Amino acid sequence: MNTAVLRRIGLAAAAPLAAAVVAIAVSSIVLEVSGSDSIETFRTMIENGTKLESIIDMLNRATPLYLSAVAAAIGFRMNLFNIGVEGQYILAAFLAAVVGAQVELWAPLHIAVIMLTAMVVGAAWSGLAGLLKVTRGVNEVISTIMLNFIAIGGLVAGLLPRFIDDPADPNQGTATIAESGRLPDLNSWVELFTREITKGRRLTGVFVVALIVGIVYHVVINRSRFGYDIRASGMNPSAAKVGGVPPKRMVLIAMAGGGLVAGLVGMPEILSDTHAYDQGFIQGLGFAGIAVALLGRNTAGGMAIAALLFGFLDSSAAILQVSALASSEIVVIMQATILLVAVIAYEVVNRIRQRDEVRRAAQLVEAAS
Amino acid sequence: MTAAIELEGITKRFPGVVANDNVNLRVERGEIHAICGENGAGKSTLMKILYGMQPADEGTMKINGEVVHFSSPTDAIEAGIGMVHQHFMLAEQMTVLENVILGSEPTKRGGLIDFGAAAQHLREVGESYGLTVNPDDLVETLEVGEKQRVEIIKVLFRGADILILDEPTAVLVPQEVEELFRNLRELQAGGATIIFIDHKLQEVLEISDRITVIRRGKTITTVDADTVTAADLAELMVGSELPSPETSESTVTDEIALEVRGVTVVDEDGRPAVDDVSLTVHRGEVLGIAGIEGNGQTELIDAIIGTEPMTAGHIMLMGENITSASVRHRRDAGIGFVPQDRQSEGLLLDAPLWENAALGHQTRRPFSKGWWIDRAGSRERTEHIRGEFDVRTPSVDVTARALSGGNQQKLIIGRELTAEPIVFVAAHPTRGIDVGAQAEVWNDIREARANGLATLLISADLDELIGLSDRIVVMFHGRLVAELDPAEITPRTLGSYMTGAALEHAATGDSGDDA
Repeated sequence: MNTAVLRRIGLAAAAPLAAAVVAIAVSSIVLEVSGSDSIETFRTMIENGTKLESIIDMLNRATPLYLSAVAAAIGFRMNLFNIGVEGQYILAAFLAAVVGAQVELWAPLHIAVIMLTAMVVGAAWSGLAGLLKVTRGVNEVISTIMLNFIAIGGLVAGLLPRFIDDPADPNQGTATIAESGRLPDLNSWVELFTREITKGRRLTGVFVVALIVGIVYHVVINRSRFGYDIRASGMNPSAAKVGGVPPKRMVLIAMAGGGLVAGLVGMPEILSDTHAYDQGFIQGLGFAGIAVALLGRNTAGGMAIAALLFGFLDSSAAILQVSALASSEIVVIMQATILLVAVIAYEVVNRIRQRDEVRRAAQLVEAAS
Repeated sequence: MTAAIELEGITKRFPGVVANDNVNLRVERGEIHAICGENGAGKSTLMKILYGMQPADEGTMKINGEVVHFSSPTDAIEAGIGMVHQHFMLAEQMTVLENVILGSEPTKRGGLIDFGAAAQHLREVGESYGLTVNPDDLVETLEVGEKQRVEIIKVLFRGADILILDEPTAVLVPQEVEELFRNLRELQAGGATIIFIDHKLQEVLEISDRITVIRRGKTITTVDADTVTAADLAELMVGSELPSPETSESTVTDEIALEVRGVTVVDEDGRPAVDDVSLTVHRGEVLGIAGIEGNGQTELIDAIIGTEPMTAGHIMLMGENITSASVRHRRDAGIGFVPQDRQSEGLLLDAPLWENAALGHQTRRPFSKGWWIDRAGSRERTEHIRGEFDVRTPSVDVTARALSGGNQQKLIIGRELTAEPIVFVAAHPTRGIDVGAQAEVWNDIREARANGLATLLISADLDELIGLSDRIVVMFHGRLVAELDPAEITPRTLGSYMTGAALEHAATGDSGDDA
């Protein structure tokens, strides 16, 4: 029994461990081949990464990644490959910035208006793909790709010029949101436990939103009837259907639910950083979120660890660029290697685990009879 | 003369079970040799070893006197062994000829398929073994028996002279079985050696020269077919008397639980798969639906469960019109359902048993409270099912994948019956499970009937259908063509209704569609 427990713990740790080892090995080779000192590079990454300011930076980067991962994971849990988070969050952030700049309200209300606008826009845009799937049978992969193009290249690119605040600004953007629509940072909370945060680093208030989203996601998926229906549909759609789960309604809700969370992905930028949608608005978080969701196996905790890891690596990239020790692209190589190895290792571990379970059940049944 | 096949001490272990335990088998050239044993006795494993699909752990294998080691079916085919699988592996949209050559296409120069040579070869094979098929027919237009013939020809085409037939009669009605047997005798006359796997005793006695009985992975004995009776064989197979599916006195009430009126379901091509079907099931009654697969039974069940839209008709459950109700509503209103394919429609294989027990009942106690899943309640109920329905499992937290087929089925039947349904729809409830589990399932259905459940039983096992049902209706081409009293019919007469052969008789005799 003890060995069985050890074996299970070993199996659980095997995949992430394998991913880390291989990623370090591969990037060391790449570093050495390209003439950098790999040990020195890793040392610098870790040394800088453990500084308080770097940790704040890591959390700031991990926050939108996590939200994006949860947004994608809601669909993944149902085998819906929603790759439209990219378009959803950019469109949502743009419209939320426009709406937010129009008004000046009591601060909590103002912030709520901005966030709700973003969530509703995200849900509507994503729900469109769900609607196309249930009414017309359009595969969600195709529709969400198309909707990404329409949202970013069409709607946002087309509408942005109408809302340019200052045409003379080289980084043209929407009007800046008034003070009341800005989310306070969490520095004072962090500083309760640490020294003062310097270099003007500020931990985004959206971090708390991401925490809440993660907890709600976990509870709803694992403990609610609705979550059960989602998981059942993902594991075996025909059994779920026979079991009374309405497939079309589930697709609509899962797509819209994903969009709801996707709407929040751009909020750190809008509520805590630039307070406007400008041409330098961060892109690519939707696709990065898919990677984080894959790495975190669509679980709330797993995705949190994956988001932190990716946040750390992104933050290291900036440091490597400054230190000129190695090309910052090494970080992208590491992220890709980790993802690739982890996904393969998960699959291998999963098969071993299934075989173990079948064997164990057979043995125990035999012993009992 | 050397034997066609000689197996000595074949042993194959799987985690937790010994599937084949020191199996010895000698098949002479040109004989029809039946391998007989109940489900799970190890017949299929043995055949997989013989066909190179799995390696044996121990033992030697000789084909025509030569020791062989197969690492894949390709090796077996080269040694002249061919397998006709229970489930046809044919491309429906292709012609017979295209199917036969699929995977071993004769080519002309330039890599083009030489259809001329293929057709020529097909004709030769057909003539030498007395099998006739039209090479240009589309496979989808063929009857089941003809498809099976194509499968056999496919194997012969590749030069096999030792044929393994895995439960070939499972998909056939009695008349088609006779046709198959005629074909097998012609094959035998043509010099082929045939291994015939089955557990239907009468058939085995009729077709084979010698019979080897396997029980719990061991070869019990090999006997001449002329020297044994069905009862002898049965005893050899099970080691004791066979359980029978028969029910006791009638418990039928006059309270109608399920009423189906004029239900029509059309398939993708707009043709009626279920055509104006009406039936009623009373409380305490088991209504059996007989029919060859593909005659609309599946669609009819799906319409009753609510997963298939109807184009006409209505369905009443205890007087409530549920024609347009959702699947969930119907299930909550008291329809229990055992789907025909437990793995694809009945289980979440990667979820623990207690989550599987909740499937279809997740809206109700003890599985949930309001919006939330009640984990403790679900586990408790699953433990209850485990005890009551003898689901053999180490705990309710293992995944459904870890259970054997019979235990998976007992879990499904347990979850449906403990939910106290009014109508119980059971599709092939004993398909692919061992005799022990089968007897338990029959017991469960009998008990449910005694408790006043209205049961709709769909089965391909005619003995089961006749034994358990109070009434039997026959579906043919989407219509109900006959209503029969199980006390007065034999599997043979039922079979003739199923093929439509007795249709004229039905029109003058019993009336199938009541007003």
